[in-house]
Amino acid sequence: MKRSIVALASGTIFGFGLALSGMMNPLRVRGFLDLFGNWDPTLAFVMGGALAVMAVAWQIQKRMHVPLVCDEFSLPGTKLIDNKLIGGSVLFGIGWGIAGLCPGPAIASLATSFVPAAIFVASMLAGMGIFRMVESKF
Amino acid sequence: MTLPGFPGAAPVEGLVGGLLIGLAAAIMLLGAGRIAGVSGMAARAVGLSKGGAPWPMAALFVGGLALGAAVYTTFVGPVEAAFPPTAGWLIAGGLVVGFGTRMGSGCTSGHGVCGMSRLSPRSMLATATFIVSGMVTVAIINALGWGWS
Repeated sequence: MKRSIVALASGTIFGFGLALSGMMNPLRVRGFLDLFGNWDPTLAFVMGGALAVMAVAWQIQKRMHVPLVCDEFSLPGTKLIDNKLIGGSVLFGIGWGIAGLCPGPAIASLATSFVPAAIFVASMLAGMGIFRMVESKF
Repeated sequence: MTLPGFPGAAPVEGLVGGLLIGLAAAIMLLGAGRIAGVSGMAARAVGLSKGGAPWPMAALFVGGLALGAAVYTTFVGPVEAAFPPTAGWLIAGGLVVGFGTRMGSGCTSGHGVCGMSRLSPRSMLATATFIVSGMVTVAIINALGWGWS
């Protein structure tokens, strides 16, 4: 029950923050990526605010033995820098530039701009499914 | 408030929204001990990921994203959004974003917000890579005269 509340609260505050930040507007996100055109730096402010809070959170995390409502921390431990990380990030950037959407704002937009958001999210899940099928080749 | 030189930017809304996104990620980290990475949670919620968060947690987090946006439109105001004009852009972008975020193990939230603030070299490299890749993509699209606005 406590875990459910934490997950729902985190997701809801995240979605509210996305809506307030302007990051649910693909045109604004594309504006950030349009460095050589009419550049819109708003995304940098969003990232700066999020990083400031999370930098403090990681300092608190170091002093905790267990999280508040779960038995242990389940955090990524890999430090591997490989072609999969770089190749995947290059592809993600291409898609981000094409549509002006990344996964968080796309899912949040299901509540506000259902048709375009649903087309993007369905395609995104299909892309995830295709990767799942070919994953063993990487 | 506007930013000198960038009349279209929304620095205050961006910063406050960013602080809330950071708070959300901090609640997930300190509460549940997990990374608030949207691509991973979404894959988990629809059964496209073996590991990761327990299913109810992933589903509630992902559902919360849409709920939070709905709360905003109900109590604050409409969300301004201009989407690509044709389904082709959305489908192409979505497919590549889905494939790429799984292949690269994260997106703007997991690598960008959570990993960079942890000073993870892996996440910093991933974030720099997808930002540069996105900028090159937009530059190419604009150079071809295919840009939408």
